Amino acid sequence: MSLNRRTFLGRSAALATTSLMPMAVLAADSIKLGSILDTSGPFDAYGKPMDQAMRLAVSEINEAGGLLGRQVEVTAYDTQSDMALYSQYGQQLTRQDQVDVVHGGILSASREAIRQTMRKTNTLYFYNVLYEGGVCDRNIFINGVTPAQQVEALVPYAMKNSGKKVYILAADYNYGQITARWIQKFVAENGGEVVGTDFFPLDVSDFGSTIAKVQTAAPDLVIAPLVGGAHLSFFRQWAAAGMKDKIALASTTLGVGNEHKVLTPEEGNGIMCAYNYSQELDTAENAAFKAKWAGMFDGDQSMHEIAVSHYHGINTWAEGVRQAGSLDRMAIIEALETGISITGPGGKVTVDPKTHHAVLDVHLMKMQDQKMEVVETLPQRQPVDTQAVCDLSANPDDNTQYEIDI
Amino acid sequence: MDLSFVILVEVLYAIASLVLISAGLAVVFGMMKVINLAHGEFMMLGGYATITAVGLGVNVFVAMLIIAPLIVGLIGLVVERLVIRHLYGRLVDTMLATWGLSLVFIGLAKMIFGNTTTGISTPIPGFAVGNYQISGYNFFIILVAVALVIAMFAVLRGTRAGLIARGTMQRADMAAALGYSPDRIYMATFFCGSALSGLAGAVLAPLVGLVPTSGGAYIAKAFITVIAGGPSLIAGLVSSAASFGFVNQIFTFAISPVIGEVALLVAAVVVLRLIPQGITSRFFKGKL
Repeated sequence: MSLNRRTFLGRSAALATTSLMPMAVLAADSIKLGSILDTSGPFDAYGKPMDQAMRLAVSEINEAGGLLGRQVEVTAYDTQSDMALYSQYGQQLTRQDQVDVVHGGILSASREAIRQTMRKTNTLYFYNVLYEGGVCDRNIFINGVTPAQQVEALVPYAMKNSGKKVYILAADYNYGQITARWIQKFVAENGGEVVGTDFFPLDVSDFGSTIAKVQTAAPDLVIAPLVGGAHLSFFRQWAAAGMKDKIALASTTLGVGNEHKVLTPEEGNGIMCAYNYSQELDTAENAAFKAKWAGMFDGDQSMHEIAVSHYHGINTWAEGVRQAGSLDRMAIIEALETGISITGPGGKVTVDPKTHHAVLDVHLMKMQDQKMEVVETLPQRQPVDTQAVCDLSANPDDNTQYEIDI
Repeated sequence: MDLSFVILVEVLYAIASLVLISAGLAVVFGMMKVINLAHGEFMMLGGYATITAVGLGVNVFVAMLIIAPLIVGLIGLVVERLVIRHLYGRLVDTMLATWGLSLVFIGLAKMIFGNTTTGISTPIPGFAVGNYQISGYNFFIILVAVALVIAMFAVLRGTRAGLIARGTMQRADMAAALGYSPDRIYMATFFCGSALSGLAGAVLAPLVGLVPTSGGAYIAKAFITVIAGGPSLIAGLVSSAASFGFVNQIFTFAISPVIGEVALLVAAVVVLRLIPQGITSRFFKGKL
């Protein structure tokens, strides 16, 4: 076959247009939801159920006819528990895939790795995970519980069941550092004393010397905002050293990744925590949610706190799109800022217009036989920590993460 | 009193785990001069071998002390036949080849076991010392390390096989002239080194959450311990593990675990600046 310049140009132009065609048609037809989660690596206990929650929420939206008459299409990236990949895939989602919204990020480090990219490219961003609070940015909506909702409730509850002397063991990055300061604040407010605070890099898995050190301080209570698979060995080693029945244990993170199902009952029983969601919540919404989840994933029941937050987040976004009646970023933000509420498996969740955080129920829980038994429910708690520093209606260009000073 | 006992146990435990982590590398790198950058991955495979065996219903001690070393030793044997034996005496090339191997092992482990954290519970309960609770498993690690050092010493010093191995490592041509096949002896020694790495990964497995990239956490410590130990195999291993383990735990207790790790690395830099040939080039000279 001979090929001269003219036919070559003609053919490549034809090829280029045909290859562009389906993309253009698709773009007009479907709404693109970008997902960025650790579905492998040490944080996959968090990320895998979040990914499932996202797919469940999207399939429900699509079965109900989509949004604005259009189907929602998922573009998902697995960041493999590697913070460097967040920047890379964050760029890819916004610049190459040009998605309409991004849901994702698990560790606070990962959120901060992509938040500015989302802001710069005017891509609406939802971070649906329990975190240390204080992010003030009009482009982001946050569905997870913050320290004023969680730690403020957990500390007095745990101290009441143990005593006044508290030892903190926290993960060594922004979440652990800031949460540890919140714990110190609330312990002091409740008349207690923090006798020691230690931070651990995320790959530390040997806690032998720490357990001995905690004993020399002889606290009544240990509060452990530890994160990820490596840190899970603390709870194992704590039980293996026979400490579990001597010093009470509370955590702001344990159970978020269904750790109570990985630990044996002997290792987990009695650990106190406070979250928005527990599989043991006795509500009609939760029962329906668990049944739908089981139906979609072959009987799997791995939903947990942040998977449910993620599910709430996607539904909140969908409600925002419906009320805005368009996919325009500012229109959706303004619709959400009217204070949209949804009711999900974790109860009623309302957008707080001033901070873009969520008003939600918090439950005090105790682990028992690989379950998180709800002890007490604190309805509709406001994110007062962030409300104290952040007002996006007065200051819409704010772009800071405020930290607590003590 | 109780506290000093607890600290003593923790220091001994830190030393023992350094000895375990480094023993395999001491044989492969210290004796055979093969820079095995896949050492950490051999340990990781030992951990997975244990967890898999336990999952199949094998007794956890049998899995740790027999099955894991055997499996990793056999993997080492295959690696030696296919890759390492072509590269003896070529330091930089072995480095590159074993680094590639480490990537292959991580990739394979990800494919087989998934890129996720797995683990088993420690099989020994804790017990009380005065007002303190200590983990019984620490004693097991110390015991294994002591037994390992004694066994290495006995084999290298007391048996004919050990003598031949040591001789071959020093002068392969003389050993060949005396009728021994250096090729076979290298193979057997590499098998032993790999098996030791597998053993270390296996006994440490219950303490950690195992992921395919776990090996990376061990490799630096193992090399530091072996290099700082110097020319004597066992004396070097024990003396440098003792110094670094001691420094690490004292700083961990005094300040924090992070500072403990930093102190270990600083101590290693200081030791290598003062005694570049390693501890046993100045002390315990001529010992095994």
